[in-house]
Amino acid sequence: MFATPFRDSLAIQTRVIAALFMREIITRFGRHNIGFLWLFVEPMTFTLGIAGLWYITRSTHGHHVPIVEFALTGYSTVLLWRNCATRCVGGLTPNLSLLFHRNVKPIDVFLARILLEVAGATCSFYLLAIVFHVTGLSELPQHAGRVIAAWLLTTYLSTGLGVFVGAVSELSEMVERVWHTVTYLLFPFSGAVFMVDWLPPAARDAVLLLPWVHGVEMLRSGFLGEGYTWHYSVAYMVTVSSFLFLAGLLVLRLVHRRVEAG
Amino acid sequence: MIQLDGVTKIYPARGGRKVVLDDVNFVLERGQKIGILGPNGAGKSTLIRLLAGVEQPTSGAIRRHMSLSWPLAFGGAFQSSLTGLDNLRFISRVYGCDESKMRAFVDEFSGLGRYLREPIKVYSSGMRARLAFALSIAVEFDCFLIDEVIAVGDQQFQERCREELFVKRGDRSMILVSHDPNLIRQHCTLAAVLNAGKLTVCDSVDEAWARYCGQPVKETAAGDGADTTTQPGE
Repeated sequence: MFATPFRDSLAIQTRVIAALFMREIITRFGRHNIGFLWLFVEPMTFTLGIAGLWYITRSTHGHHVPIVEFALTGYSTVLLWRNCATRCVGGLTPNLSLLFHRNVKPIDVFLARILLEVAGATCSFYLLAIVFHVTGLSELPQHAGRVIAAWLLTTYLSTGLGVFVGAVSELSEMVERVWHTVTYLLFPFSGAVFMVDWLPPAARDAVLLLPWVHGVEMLRSGFLGEGYTWHYSVAYMVTVSSFLFLAGLLVLRLVHRRVEAG
Repeated sequence: MIQLDGVTKIYPARGGRKVVLDDVNFVLERGQKIGILGPNGAGKSTLIRLLAGVEQPTSGAIRRHMSLSWPLAFGGAFQSSLTGLDNLRFISRVYGCDESKMRAFVDEFSGLGRYLREPIKVYSSGMRARLAFALSIAVEFDCFLIDEVIAVGDQQFQERCREELFVKRGDRSMILVSHDPNLIRQHCTLAAVLNAGKLTVCDSVDEAWARYCGQPVKETAAGDGADTTTQPGE
């Protein structure tokens, strides 16, 4: 292979991902009505709906927690990783012809999609946090730094998960079919509707095997601060995310060797 | 320079593996033009996909020391719900070209006018091809990959394509894959014959032509059809 210096490669890849990102935005949201604003309005309405529902019904799941913060942190994180993964599943095959442009690599197709989901979920999360605070529905986070760190970690996890699930789904169509079921089944275990401390110790250990639960816990601890017992490990999240990301890259290499463009 | 070194492509197929390209070797220096002749099912489309980098060889390597275009006038990478202009922007971003210069060229050359602002899905196939051709020569490549074509649009447009490609860009390299020997005779300095996955580089275009026409190629292709013709895209 003709060796391109790392700095040039990086510049090319950034350019390619930016191009794919813009293409994806226009393709998905078009130029009609509010256009790309849907990017974050869509996840916002979802979180807003759930938070509103819980607020009105005062359903705190039998525990005393500030319900708006609880819903905001829970739903925003689950939207982030779930949407990243779902957008990547089967995301390469319909875009194979893009690979005719030599600088476009399979990983770029996934990264552009992930970037778009991250942008949407992030705008939605921070905007809602501001709106809830301004309207007096929620307090400011106790530890703003921890909130940001938890969000970044979940973003990293979502990237790893997206690349991994997306790559594996190219190996077998079965993955694509099964993934949608899996996301539904995983929802109760997403950490959106419980705090780890509410669970019996045995269930706690089991649920903490799921990396995103650490993200929600950390995010909530940033919002609600002391007075609760939190269970999360940054090291565990980083390890699992890195593993998923690297495994995804390896599978993608294999996929690129086997790919058959029409 | 573009170098193919022992390039072999094997596809999984029902009842075993199917060798579509078998140890293909050639070197193309800057400025050289190679024509590759081959009957249907010889492996031409597979070779194009490998050269373009969409697919990777099962074994062997392709070394590119100059920029190689996507197959000329190929419109498959267009997003049909986007406008011609959106697709132009995408190409200019991916290749790091100046957008306004590119736009001026495509506008002038394709003659699409206000249609550039319409989604590609409303284009006729001729309009689509004109946009695709204009875009592929708007990017300054060192080497053009040409899969048949040049029979794009009406007589006048074809003439302009030929002018842009072979006269104005006569100093560039080209890889022209075709089953029409006349085209290759006209434009290429080197020639090779691809048959049943094997590539033979000839000393002259005439020799390649003789080799291609002299042997009963059609019959050979039909005979080998079972293991060479079912590749995708053919």
